[in-house]
Amino acid sequence: MTEEKFQKRIDREEKIEPKDWMPEGYRKHLIRQISQHAHSEIIGMQPEGNWISRAPSLRAKMILLAKVQDEAGHGLYLYSACETLGVSRQELVSQLHSGKAKYSSIFNYPTLSWADMGAIGWLVDGAAIVNQVSLQRTSFGPYSRGMVKICKEESFHQRQGYEIMAQMAQGTSEQKAMAQDALNRFWWPSIMMFGPNDSDSPRTGNAMKWKIKRKTNDELRQEFIDKTVNQAEIIGLTIPDKDLKWNDERQHYDFGEMDWDEFWSVVNGNGPCNKQRLNHHKKAHDDGQWVREAAKSYSQKKELIAN
Amino acid sequence: MNNELLTYTLRIADNSLILGQRMSEWCSKGPTLEEDIALSNISLDLFGQANGFYSYASQLDGNKSPDDLAFLRNEREFFNQQIVELENIDFGNTIVRNFLYDSYNFLFYSSLKNSKDDTLSALASKSLKEVKYHLRHSKNWLIRLGDGTEFSKEKVQKSLESIWQYTHDMFSMDEIDNKMYRLNIGVNNSNLKVEWDRIINETLIEAKLVRPKDGYNAKGGKNGMHTEHLGFLLAEMQFLQRAYPNAKW
Repeated sequence: MTEEKFQKRIDREEKIEPKDWMPEGYRKHLIRQISQHAHSEIIGMQPEGNWISRAPSLRAKMILLAKVQDEAGHGLYLYSACETLGVSRQELVSQLHSGKAKYSSIFNYPTLSWADMGAIGWLVDGAAIVNQVSLQRTSFGPYSRGMVKICKEESFHQRQGYEIMAQMAQGTSEQKAMAQDALNRFWWPSIMMFGPNDSDSPRTGNAMKWKIKRKTNDELRQEFIDKTVNQAEIIGLTIPDKDLKWNDERQHYDFGEMDWDEFWSVVNGNGPCNKQRLNHHKKAHDDGQWVREAAKSYSQKKELIAN
Repeated sequence: MNNELLTYTLRIADNSLILGQRMSEWCSKGPTLEEDIALSNISLDLFGQANGFYSYASQLDGNKSPDDLAFLRNEREFFNQQIVELENIDFGNTIVRNFLYDSYNFLFYSSLKNSKDDTLSALASKSLKEVKYHLRHSKNWLIRLGDGTEFSKEKVQKSLESIWQYTHDMFSMDEIDNKMYRLNIGVNNSNLKVEWDRIINETLIEAKLVRPKDGYNAKGGKNGMHTEHLGFLLAEMQFLQRAYPNAKW
């Protein structure tokens, strides 16, 4: 199998399976992208986990906990999809801890009020869905199938988040202020979730050719903004972008310039919660060491007896 | 009678809520990703059970909603057993506490499902399915940790010694318990002790752990006497409801 034949399979929209021949660059790109996605699910448990103990009703508590648990489940399938490419979960976790592997920068912002649970569901899951819907058609089989499953749950999360925002926006003046404040803080980081502009995105070329990515960062970002503006209007919240306006000619919203200095600074480890998130994950991993060792030792003893 | 049934129902609901709250603290901190998911599952089951019993309590009360009952009562008005409010400390400690309590809870619901009160009976049958799984989970882990490494064995033995004092009160009977039992509504807790001892002793042998000696017995949770831990748990859990009394969420 040559690269040329591989490309023909891609062009015919055939799915690539783990045991099929693939160029090394394709494998590497997938490991990087899928593990980044898995780590985002796992680190993403923390900002929402921060409010489970303080959720304001029994229903809200159950919905939030179930949501965070779904994220753990998504992380699990994505790590498994990655393992089919020949890299172990343990290796992926050490790459996360060493800083070699990244996760979505959005999770490096703190969650400061209950409205943030709404904003994360509505905007962060909303942005993730736009990306993941397009990834359902990604060329690598296990990733594509994982996305189909994940998208179903994510759209549920997005509706639950929007429901929290809607309820707070129509609540007391304090609740409305919390909702607007959450939107103000999460809007720009959410639209930056799609990554740098296409002109500054070095890896997009091959990813599009190999159909790992099906749409560019800027296309996805535009899609997200177009569908979200109206949702904000319905519940009476204002998107914090004075340049946001409908462009009749383009049939899209125009929007303001993102603060790319901030974006790169958070990507490179200098955001409000980067250290906190990684330390939390490392601590849980280290605290669990003796438990994993005990479980291993127990199962070895049982095997010895069985043999 | 209604007041006593209300208190009796609240005791069950409070046990579920408070242990659920403790278990939810594990989210994103589990020793493996699979275990993180399992711990959240247990927590979700417990919140579901609490919701069921609070809904019944709310009907009996006629005035307060299930959320009012969960979020607007103070420490001394909570009737859960002290064992469920104990801090998690570490995974082994959590497993020990849960195993001791799950064993009781399994027997409690097995008996409550025969209650003459249809609602309590239905809630108990539903909860029992979940609690069977909780017990299997905590029991299997206790065996793995007890018979794992020297380190893990020592650790869980210490947890066992420190939590043991909170187990006795699970079997106590006060006036309300006696009355509910006489009316065939409630469970005779003291009758559960023999079977509980059997589960505990068998499991401890398999886990190569030593049953602690009886000493000081903590008591009074069901009458609103608690450890110092509960106040902090409630302060955190009830924060939004207390800070914004007119808000709907």
